Amino acid sequence: MRHLLDTRTLDRATALRILDVAEDMADTQSREVKKLPTLRGKTVVNLFFEDSTRTRISFEAAAKRLSADVINFAAKGSSVSKGESLKDTAQTLEAIGADAVVVRHPGSGAPQTLATSGWISAGVVNAGDGTHEHPTQALLDAFTIRKRRFGADSRGRDLSGLRVTIVGDVLHSRVARSNVWLLTTLGAEVTLVSPPTLVPQNVSLWPVRVVYDLDEALAEGPDAVMMLRIQLERMNAAYFPTEREYSRRWGLDARRVAALPGGSIVLHPGPMNRGLEISSEAADSPRSTVLEQVSNGVSVRMAVLYLLLAGERDDERGGDL
Amino acid sequence: MSVRTVLHQADISRALTRIAHEILESNRGADGLVLLGIPTRGVTLGHRLAALISEIAQVSVPVGSLDVTLFRDDLAKHPTRSPQPTEIPPGGIDGKTVVLVDDVLFSGRSIRAALDALQSIGRPAVVRLAILIDRGHRELPIRPDFVGKNIPSARTERVNVRLFENDGAEEVTIGE
Repeated sequence: MRHLLDTRTLDRATALRILDVAEDMADTQSREVKKLPTLRGKTVVNLFFEDSTRTRISFEAAAKRLSADVINFAAKGSSVSKGESLKDTAQTLEAIGADAVVVRHPGSGAPQTLATSGWISAGVVNAGDGTHEHPTQALLDAFTIRKRRFGADSRGRDLSGLRVTIVGDVLHSRVARSNVWLLTTLGAEVTLVSPPTLVPQNVSLWPVRVVYDLDEALAEGPDAVMMLRIQLERMNAAYFPTEREYSRRWGLDARRVAALPGGSIVLHPGPMNRGLEISSEAADSPRSTVLEQVSNGVSVRMAVLYLLLAGERDDERGGDL
Repeated sequence: MSVRTVLHQADISRALTRIAHEILESNRGADGLVLLGIPTRGVTLGHRLAALISEIAQVSVPVGSLDVTLFRDDLAKHPTRSPQPTEIPPGGIDGKTVVLVDDVLFSGRSIRAALDALQSIGRPAVVRLAILIDRGHRELPIRPDFVGKNIPSARTERVNVRLFENDGAEEVTIGE
């Protein structure tokens, strides 16, 4: 694997390989010594043009557990705020000797540009670009669903036959997009539930079903319900009348959680708007996997960095993976 | 040069029985023994040795697997390897006599990686090494404690261990 830019073009075998390696990484995280020497001498740059707490910390933890050196770069307080272009920033990183660049950018497609422009030779990992994709989030969600369903027997399995309902602001959500592609590639059936104003226009081209009523969707008893964050910072128009109305119609509260079938789980990529898309009772219920998602995130990102950096470089052999 | 078989099924089973006796003899019984196989075929051999030891000593011996992929120093020289599961028996390895089991001992680099991997799991009292085939060409100061058979080989030759559980056949071959 040379880069990880999206889940749309990720094939089933590669996705399963990442998830299986993540299982092995998760195993090492329960040991006395969690640090592995695997990526000693490699440099990973976290290049964040947009605010993030958990994704950046998660990538940093993943790289450090594998003994890579980590350089954190936040656009605020850097030369980017003085007007430096993506190209100049990239070439600076190249000169520093970065082996992998983990990039988050408000512009959809920025990681793709970085990977294909020839400005750098480092592997590029998309850590969220605009409203396009957030592949490692989808991978950790799939990992979490698989782990809850199959436990220690997870290796090698896909999500065939599982039904996942994604609820909320699909329009602005790169997490939803990455999950739609990955989960369907892995055999799951995906249903989107959203106010009509927050459904993307081209959704008819996606391999999903769209439902506008949350109670109707939950009555079908999905195996996993994924709540999306209402992205107030991206809302420059009135997509729904009031927060209270949104919360009443599309929020996951204690009553709706209680009505779910026995094995169903509730995911949220975080950060949560408690009381808006998810109530505290739902977020803290035993069905909620929010904290598991965070620890699984480290394992999945360790797997991605391992597959990107550990082996002989693909471009030197001309093969893939 | 052609491929020739250097060990047949009966030879392999005789070698393993002898190693099982030697392990028991050097440990003065089965107390505190833990067998850890190195994937893939080392795990199979580890389980076979554990069964043999249990049969001889009439006590069951904890057996598991130890993956060394993430501890290797030659990862960048090969296409990306997939790690294999590590399974440590419930009793752990602290204060135990750990016997590492592998099929072929060549450069010694897997064993070096295994020693590092062990360190991240616990602190055994003693670590021993049991090997089915020692083919020479060590690159590190590592030597086995229990050897099934020494097979002098040229560096370019391939020593291939095939076991029923993994390959559906049972033999050791050497060839180009």
